[in-house]
Amino acid sequence: MNTHRLADAWLVLVLAMAFGASLAAVHAALKPRIDANKLNDTMSQVPMLVPGATRGERLVVADAPLYRAVDAAGMLVGWVVPASGQGFADRIEVLVGLDARAHRLTGLYVLDQKETPGLGDNVTREGWRTQFVGKPTDPPLQVRKGTAQAPHEIEAVTGATISSESVTAIVNAAVRRLREQLAAGTLR
Amino acid sequence: MDRHLPTPAERFIRGILPENPVLRQVLGICPTLAVTNTMEGAITMAGAVLFVLTCANVLVSLLRPLLKPHLRILVFTLTIATFVTIADRFLAAYMYDMSKQLGPYIPLIIVNCIIIARCEVCGSKQSVPAAFLDAVGQSLGFALALGAIATVREVLGFGTWFGRWLGIRLLPATLSDRVWAPWTVMILPPGAFLTLALLLGAVNWAGARLQKAEVSR
Repeated sequence: MNTHRLADAWLVLVLAMAFGASLAAVHAALKPRIDANKLNDTMSQVPMLVPGATRGERLVVADAPLYRAVDAAGMLVGWVVPASGQGFADRIEVLVGLDARAHRLTGLYVLDQKETPGLGDNVTREGWRTQFVGKPTDPPLQVRKGTAQAPHEIEAVTGATISSESVTAIVNAAVRRLREQLAAGTLR
Repeated sequence: MDRHLPTPAERFIRGILPENPVLRQVLGICPTLAVTNTMEGAITMAGAVLFVLTCANVLVSLLRPLLKPHLRILVFTLTIATFVTIADRFLAAYMYDMSKQLGPYIPLIIVNCIIIARCEVCGSKQSVPAAFLDAVGQSLGFALALGAIATVREVLGFGTWFGRWLGIRLLPATLSDRVWAPWTVMILPPGAFLTLALLLGAVNWAGARLQKAEVSR
């Protein structure tokens, strides 16, 4: 009987709601601290992501954060765009470094990921990320299994095509966003 | 109901060595192999397991009169997943670097068999004190096994313990310039398998000797 089954499951339903509410409370309580940790991590990565940059300046453009990478004299040398998207297991958060006119990528850093250990998490390794450095931003990057044959191609991580494609799609979206904002003149 | 089951104190003692989750039950092998190349990683993992196992076991013990046989696994999984998420968020907030180093292994505690096994064996059958002491005992046993493996791997691999330089490195990288290099294989996955195998062998050997001594007495 259906009503009988529902009566059996009341404990699961009640627990799911109670646990959901308590997780929401934990998330609300810890989120400011986690965000502050990520901001610190981002700021410390700016000099590695944009050559010549000594620090980043946080802007909020169209409700999304963006970092101006400036040199010691305060001159603009590039941009760091935080971006995220669905990976194989969970959301992947990355930082994309670009030159001042968004013509070339200058760096890539993975801020947060939960990809498969030993396969997908290889996208965090420097050896894989360095192939993004110096890539032109037009046309958009494409993943290739095997050896990259064109300047806009990225070699997939062996055994982790989905993770590789996710990161590449996130990078392309970040590039598109920055180019649009530069073209619209909302950024200086 | 608790007639044939071990007392809380017995549960506590058994978890540490006689029924050690890693060395006797061979459970929780994924984190045992994955996070034992440094002591800091191993002890953080053991701490997270202590928190999750204690909370889950006690809560399951409190809920045990309400558990339906065909829904119990669902309740265990829900409970465990909740506490694992809390542990994961806590590490991301207060131990950010460690959280990045351990990556997905903290969320993977959800599928750690040690915890669901304790909920099934003890939490869902015994009182809260027994469930609590069982969880603490099993977690100490887990910490002991992880600590033992991590000590071997970190000392041999990096020449450090808890990140502190001990002044020794085991293998010379190049004899010509007398630079002492880390013993890389101990840091990499094979080092975990080798260490775990030798440790399991040693524990089994010691166990067999003890049993023999008791029989002949």
